[in-house]
Amino acid sequence: MSFLSIGYILQQVANGFILGSIYSLVAIGFSMIFSIIGLINFSHGDILMLGAFSALAFITALHGPIWVVFGMVGVVGFLIGIAIERVAFRPIRSAPQVTGFITSLAISSLIENFGILVLTAQPRSFNIPDYLNGLLNVGAVSFRVIDAIIVALSTTIVISLYMYTKYTRMGMAMRATAQNIDASRLMGINVNRVIMIAFAIGSSLAAIAGLMWGAKFGQISPLMGFLPGLKAFVAAVIGGIRDIRGAVLGGYVLGFSEVLFVGLLPPDMSGYRDAFVFTLLIVILLIKPEGMLGREEEVIK
Amino acid sequence: MIAGIYTLVILGGISYTMERTLNDYHLTVVEFLGIYVILAVSLALTNSFTGLFSLGHPAFMAIGAYISAILTFPPIRKAIMMPALPHFLANMQLPFCLAVIIGGVIAALSAFIIGFPVLRLRGHYLAVATIGFMIIVQVLITNMNSLTRGPLGINGIYPYTDIWWVYIWVVVTVYTVWRVLNSRFGRAMLAIREDEIAAESLGISLTYFKLFPLVLGAFFAGVAGGLWAHLVTAITPSSFSLPLAFLLVVMLVIGGKSITGAIIGALLIGIVSELLRPLEMATQMYGLTQIVTAIGLLAILIKKPGGIAGSKEINLVSLYKSLKVLR
Repeated sequence: MSFLSIGYILQQVANGFILGSIYSLVAIGFSMIFSIIGLINFSHGDILMLGAFSALAFITALHGPIWVVFGMVGVVGFLIGIAIERVAFRPIRSAPQVTGFITSLAISSLIENFGILVLTAQPRSFNIPDYLNGLLNVGAVSFRVIDAIIVALSTTIVISLYMYTKYTRMGMAMRATAQNIDASRLMGINVNRVIMIAFAIGSSLAAIAGLMWGAKFGQISPLMGFLPGLKAFVAAVIGGIRDIRGAVLGGYVLGFSEVLFVGLLPPDMSGYRDAFVFTLLIVILLIKPEGMLGREEEVIK
Repeated sequence: MIAGIYTLVILGGISYTMERTLNDYHLTVVEFLGIYVILAVSLALTNSFTGLFSLGHPAFMAIGAYISAILTFPPIRKAIMMPALPHFLANMQLPFCLAVIIGGVIAALSAFIIGFPVLRLRGHYLAVATIGFMIIVQVLITNMNSLTRGPLGINGIYPYTDIWWVYIWVVVTVYTVWRVLNSRFGRAMLAIREDEIAAESLGISLTYFKLFPLVLGAFFAGVAGGLWAHLVTAITPSSFSLPLAFLLVVMLVIGGKSITGAIIGALLIGIVSELLRPLEMATQMYGLTQIVTAIGLLAILIKKPGGIAGSKEINLVSLYKSLKVLR
């Protein structure tokens, strides 16, 4: 394949789209939780890992259609989100922000090490049914069936979630709580429930993203959640962490730029990809801390 | 002054006795504890006293460890293992003490460079940016194969670190941090921790007094990295990553916001993980130590958020007075 041909570039764009779809789903969770209680939930990536492993269990045990597996993984993530919020984050809600961050670090370490304890640190291969691995060719671009499903599903979820926050009572309550938690409480919104639902939805999306991640890269391990989680946070910051649309946009921007970084630069530079991502984070935080879609925000005083 | 000298002598006596009576394994454990103390007390400069939540300590350690290891490495082996070293580095072999100090200085320099942009960020944004910095350092070390041997790491480092080097650096670190805290620098740092805006309006330069603890902390982290490298004799990029940062933060949270607290936290966590390690090996339950520390951390955060020591310090003078050693 000739370097920099149109076909090659289109292929990279398609890859960026797939990766971006996954980052978006994880970034939404960061964004929902952050905008409501101002917490950077560091354990978010580990929920992705839990999602991936439960997906593997369901696939091997059930042999059912992939839609069912996606649904079940979503439910698992939903329940994990509720559990984590109840056990760890509710007791320290009134503490300073940094305490919440440290708590999420502890949860993250807890989940990862339980994972190592039960599953060992050895990566496992994530096998999906054969028909999902079949190649589709559209012009010069080829991708697998599962890749198409990832993009379609992610887009559907994002749109329906946006509708949900825009038009339902709970969605409105969420936006109100994000704007002003005390005023919302005074208006009779059950803030505890809003926070719980935000955790549940965010974690559910992360778990689904875990399934996607496993299907895309073919390998999962108890420590797999760390980097995607952190990068999804970067994505949320790039797009504007206070807004779901920002998180999605950031997810795609990060997905594209990562793929292009690896695809268009000489191969011996590709090892520096993660350094590039986090340099990007630091630069964005400094020049436009509120993100692409964000309004003024107190990141820098 | 006299209280200080007493403490030096007592600690020296303890070190001497330990050197004479303990076996190699236990002595190594004690040296690790000393290194943990250096790390925790130096991290407390930013995290406990200035209210800047940094997770970048392992990055500074890594810099110190790699620099000092390259500097003490025999030139003959360097030619084989690290062919791309610049000429002056390849032929250089420095004494351990100097190598460790240079490692610390370069770590401090990197803190200065990264601190200027990053310290404007607040709260957990700073925390994430420092994690980002840590990953950047790790990626650089992993990819600069011909300088650092990449993911293989450097092994066969000469074990220069003994209990006396650890003793000296623990004393230097604790003394420096204590003096800083009780100077106008320390008061400015505490003021920033309590209220940035109020501090700034009283004429405290935020840039300067945030940069200062970060750079000083990074120096000691670099030194600790050098001691660490010459204790375990093998370093890889993954030795200096988030689990270590997490461990250090746990020490500070469990100990409390004071030098005493940092030391208590470091010793406690260090001892607990050393006690659990054989158990972990015997039962094949890898990850047990981290699970126990994480649960301990959660318990402290929920039940006793101030940590064991709170912000109290042990006052050496009144301690000796109450023991009737001093009048």
